[in-house]
Amino acid sequence: MALLELRDLHTYYGVIHAVKGLSLTVDKGEIVTLIGSNGAGKSTTLKAISGLLKAQQGEIHLEGRRIDGLPPHVIAGYRVGHVPEGRRIFPRLTVRENLEMGAFVCPTRAETHQALERATALFPRLKERLNQKGGTLSGGEQQMLAIGRALMMNPKILLLDEPSMGLAPVLVEQIFDIIKQLNQAGTTILLVEQNAHQALQVAGRGYVIQTGSIVLADKADTLRRNEMVRRVYLGEN
Amino acid sequence: MHESLAMLPQVLIDGLTLGFVYALVALGYTMVYGVLEFINFAHSEIFMIGAFAGTEALLIMQSSGVLASLPPFVALIIALLFGMAIAGLIAVGMERIAYRPLRGAPRLVPLISAIGVSFFLQDAVRLFEGLWRNAFYLSTPVLYRQTLTFSRVDVPVKTIILVATCLAIMFGLQTFVNRTKLGRALRAVAQDQATASIMGVNVNFIVTLTFLIGGALGGAAGVLFAMQYTLIHPYVGFILGIKAFTAAVFGGIGNIAGAMVGGVVLGLVESLGSAYLGILTHGAFGAEYKDVFAFIILILVLILKPSGLLGETVLEKA
Repeated sequence: MALLELRDLHTYYGVIHAVKGLSLTVDKGEIVTLIGSNGAGKSTTLKAISGLLKAQQGEIHLEGRRIDGLPPHVIAGYRVGHVPEGRRIFPRLTVRENLEMGAFVCPTRAETHQALERATALFPRLKERLNQKGGTLSGGEQQMLAIGRALMMNPKILLLDEPSMGLAPVLVEQIFDIIKQLNQAGTTILLVEQNAHQALQVAGRGYVIQTGSIVLADKADTLRRNEMVRRVYLGEN
Repeated sequence: MHESLAMLPQVLIDGLTLGFVYALVALGYTMVYGVLEFINFAHSEIFMIGAFAGTEALLIMQSSGVLASLPPFVALIIALLFGMAIAGLIAVGMERIAYRPLRGAPRLVPLISAIGVSFFLQDAVRLFEGLWRNAFYLSTPVLYRQTLTFSRVDVPVKTIILVATCLAIMFGLQTFVNRTKLGRALRAVAQDQATASIMGVNVNFIVTLTFLIGGALGGAAGVLFAMQYTLIHPYVGFILGIKAFTAAVFGGIGNIAGAMVGGVVLGLVESLGSAYLGILTHGAFGAEYKDVFAFIILILVLILKPSGLLGETVLEKA
């Protein structure tokens, strides 16, 4: 049984029919990437999984349990960690408070404390800035904080929405190193990216989404050699 | 001039008393605004309902003879808790009925709904008291008649109790908001509802909690106000509510510490102004202009520093 399964998902973003009959699966321990151009429906898919947008049609299953139609806070309670597009740090909470918010679903103080240790070990930069307001961090630091925050709940699956967006190339490398590291430590990841080159390097499998539908699904290596993917998403001739 | 200096301590005490009432009411405006970016104009009626609930609790204890046998401190606590509970619950009910169905509607729509709620509550209390007591002007029983004298300055005990209670409530609120998990979630929801919800926070629960706390604070202010000034009516919240709203804007709307500071400063300005304006202008303007100060302050703040005294300066986005 897949950890996460989307079956024929249809979602509207406002009046736009953004996702049209999308199906995909993520197995435990995998990194699966969903690549596509701007506006293809990638973020909408993640928002439907975490309950921020309604699935108008189709089903979403997490460990066999149907989660579409549930409010986002309940889905978070099932330990779905979502790093939203644009990072969405709480600007007037401190770095520590931002991280603690990520552990909101953790019932005990001890669990929160442990998670804080883990997150700061992964991102030493955050440890230096624990008492600083989230809004004062640089873009790269905010991305680390957004990932660290989503890890606080010890998620069964981590939904990453464009973690490389707006970052300098060095930082992009760093973020992708961390994604690999997290996966090796056992975290299942669904990665949405415009940066297909990097995404197909870390992922095991990939889906290509165009105007709300999956047009290709294969092993990441195979996708990297695919003529259409190379032309459209990897910028090769 | 010597005489005017001699009255200064009394003027300051009056200003502080009024200021703490403003501050407590201002907290309700600022908390709801902080979470929903919506001015709950019916909050002044929550204050009024608190005043009536507290007064009714005391009147009922008085007529049943319980009041005479209770220590005044216990009666005070009962009246406070009753006023806070009723005001808090009505605030929660008002959000459910009049505001929640309008969430996502254009901003003007819930504002108009709030004005409707305000009229409804004024007339509902008037009707209720009219049927129940055949009068809607009530005198609040006095619990503390004593006055303490500190080197020629008279301070009624009830004033000391008012200020102490306000300080205790504010301290409790600050501790809750800044030091607890739920308080942190409340601040997170105020900054970004969608993101808070994917962390597992039930946004509707936080909104209900905000109305409950804001309502209870307004109710406490109402009870303390009734005990201090001993005459209440269904329209008592109107001017006071607008002033408390001014205090919230003055301190920086959405900012809890700002509401406290704004309220106290506004009370002091009003008291000093009404006491000294007549002397300074040789009688051309007098205490009858006291209500104008709040609005002069509101206009000045809106012109000079629209974000308020303690308005946010932290960057929203890097």
